[in-house]
Amino acid sequence: MDATTLLLLGQDSLISGAIYALLAVTMVMVFSVTRVLFIPQGEFVTYGALTLAALEAGRVPGTAWLLLGVGAVAAVLAMTRARQTLTFLKAIRILIIDVGLPALLLLIVHWAAPLKLGLVPEMLLTLALVVPLGPLVYRIAFQPLAEASILVLLIVAVGVHMGMTGLGLVFFGPEGYQTSAFSDAVFELGFMNISAQSIWVVTTTAALLLGLYLFFEKTVSGKMLRAAAISRRGARLVGISTDRTGYLAFTLTALIGAVSGLMIGSLTTIYYDSGFIIGLKGFVAAILGGLHSYPLAAAAALLVGTVESFSSYSASAFKEVIVFTIIIPVLLWRSIFRPPVEHLE
Amino acid sequence: MKITQKIIPMAFVLSLFAGSDAMADIKIGITISATGSGAAIGVPAKNTVALLPPTFAGQNVQYIVLDDASDATRAVSNARKLISVEHVDVLIGSSIGPTTFPLVDIAAETKTPLIVMNPATGLVEPMDEKRKWVFKILPHDTVLAKGIADHMAKNGVKTVAFIGFNDAFGENWYAAAEKTLGERGIKIIAKESYTRNDTSVSGQVLKIVAAKPDAVWVGASGTPAVLPQKALKERGYKGQIYHTSGVASMDFIRVGGKFVEGAILPAGPIIAASELPDDNPIKKLALDYIQRYEALNKIPFAAFGPHLVDSVRLISDATPEALKIAKPGTPEFRAALRDGLENVKAVVLINGILSMSPTNHSGYDDRARVMVRVENGAFKLLR
Repeated sequence: MDATTLLLLGQDSLISGAIYALLAVTMVMVFSVTRVLFIPQGEFVTYGALTLAALEAGRVPGTAWLLLGVGAVAAVLAMTRARQTLTFLKAIRILIIDVGLPALLLLIVHWAAPLKLGLVPEMLLTLALVVPLGPLVYRIAFQPLAEASILVLLIVAVGVHMGMTGLGLVFFGPEGYQTSAFSDAVFELGFMNISAQSIWVVTTTAALLLGLYLFFEKTVSGKMLRAAAISRRGARLVGISTDRTGYLAFTLTALIGAVSGLMIGSLTTIYYDSGFIIGLKGFVAAILGGLHSYPLAAAAALLVGTVESFSSYSASAFKEVIVFTIIIPVLLWRSIFRPPVEHLE
Repeated sequence: MKITQKIIPMAFVLSLFAGSDAMADIKIGITISATGSGAAIGVPAKNTVALLPPTFAGQNVQYIVLDDASDATRAVSNARKLISVEHVDVLIGSSIGPTTFPLVDIAAETKTPLIVMNPATGLVEPMDEKRKWVFKILPHDTVLAKGIADHMAKNGVKTVAFIGFNDAFGENWYAAAEKTLGERGIKIIAKESYTRNDTSVSGQVLKIVAAKPDAVWVGASGTPAVLPQKALKERGYKGQIYHTSGVASMDFIRVGGKFVEGAILPAGPIIAASELPDDNPIKKLALDYIQRYEALNKIPFAAFGPHLVDSVRLISDATPEALKIAKPGTPEFRAALRDGLENVKAVVLINGILSMSPTNHSGYDDRARVMVRVENGAFKLLR
């Protein structure tokens, strides 16, 4: 292996590592705040990429309808749950937020999609369509079970994953899509070609990670999330609503998932079921980070990216095997030296 | 989006009742992978169901279509249900290897003729007591691979790198490549694999470029085949890149864009139907299918849909003789139908000209293949 190959593989691993890092960090966040191992994280990547692809093609993406449907379900659930204290005004408020806004968004998309407004407005529209799915999914699937065991939440997460993959097939079809790149420019650095798109991916990832850090350290909402992560009961005792931290965690996770989708969609072909394997690699990184430490998870994600691209070079037939095998020594090490602590909640 | 259009096929079990006298109808059971990983291949077949003839050989025909969700277990239970509950006379299915292979045992066990819509040679070879119930409506991989190997030999290619799926599809094509290239003295100097859902093949492509092959053969299907082509172009690979017939759909060009320009592949004649010479009997059939498919579904046709039409045409060809022996719905009719299918000679299908024999249940010649090149976003016939 010569220096050129080494550098090219390094560049490749940095790009995929960046995406895995974003997913790993949000997975750690969601797990520590809500105790949900959020398997469907990858679906937000797919939805983000495919929604943008549909908008670029001038079509109304299925996610616009999905948002309306999911919003309606959430509204019905919210009203049933509050049926004892439901007033007319409250019902109207729920309806406006959960059904009215998605309906408005649907109208906007119907108007905007055929106009092909260009990459940036389409990206914003994509985020507006995909991100609200995060908190809505939390309200429908996880909030009623917020106090259930980790295992139950995991099973629900698997169910949500299957549902979202199936809907992805219905909305986007079986074939893959690629979105146009943020920039087609290619810089030549000696013997290496570096595409502007890959620089964009790495800087966006760095900016998002820095943003998350500042969010957790400097803002009240971020501190609420940290408090809920340390102890749900303690957080409630000091007046932090764990429902709200749940929404917040899922909103962030959907946002970061969708942004990852926007970035990766131009680098590779995305299928309705691509998200799972991407999310799973983020999950491997999160496990390597002990499902606890953000910096460790991010570093582990870079490791996963590196292992992946070097094994695809030297033993392509065993690539996935190698990537998923690195989880075993870590699990062994953890089970011997750091026995699991049962959460007393 | 029209929701109703999406929901009706989802609700599925698309039974088309063609007449009132249901007792003596010929029943055709179809299991396809309309959802799941094989959906790209199964959906065009599902969209073709409405184009099947409601009657042939003076009989009403009833089609019972089930979705196996690309799941082998589901394919098996579908086949069992179609045979033991619906008492179908013939079974057609399925879309991908894993859902097709298990059907062979069921067909042999229940003595029901089976028409498979998968290219794997192993479905009908070597011919034995089990496989004599199975007929393949697609030409063998080797018929198609020969087209690539001939083109390489003609253009002075000496060394080839192969990159294909890390599964049965990729391995089957690798075997076909090894055989056809070996016969022509062309060497395979690198073999790499990747999976359908990979987001990057940079590693594999770096290794291929370093090996400096005269040409690259991509053993992949559908839009995932774009990935190595794109990576090769980005690395500045200048040699010719060949693909398999598995990419012969407009989705490949839609996703690949300028990166797939110049790619050469073998395909069924339908892909370049309008360019076929007028005296080619396939031309009329193919154009007719395309026109009806696109009028009905409002989306471009894919090369995987005609397999279903061809399967039914094959059955209709064998039916008149079988009817002389027994009535539909009886084991005798099924056996007679099997014998009939084995004896069809030079029947013109969209996929090619097919002649069956007791030893060859996929008897296509080179007319089942055209070589095409991607030019200006379309498949153009190579002459």
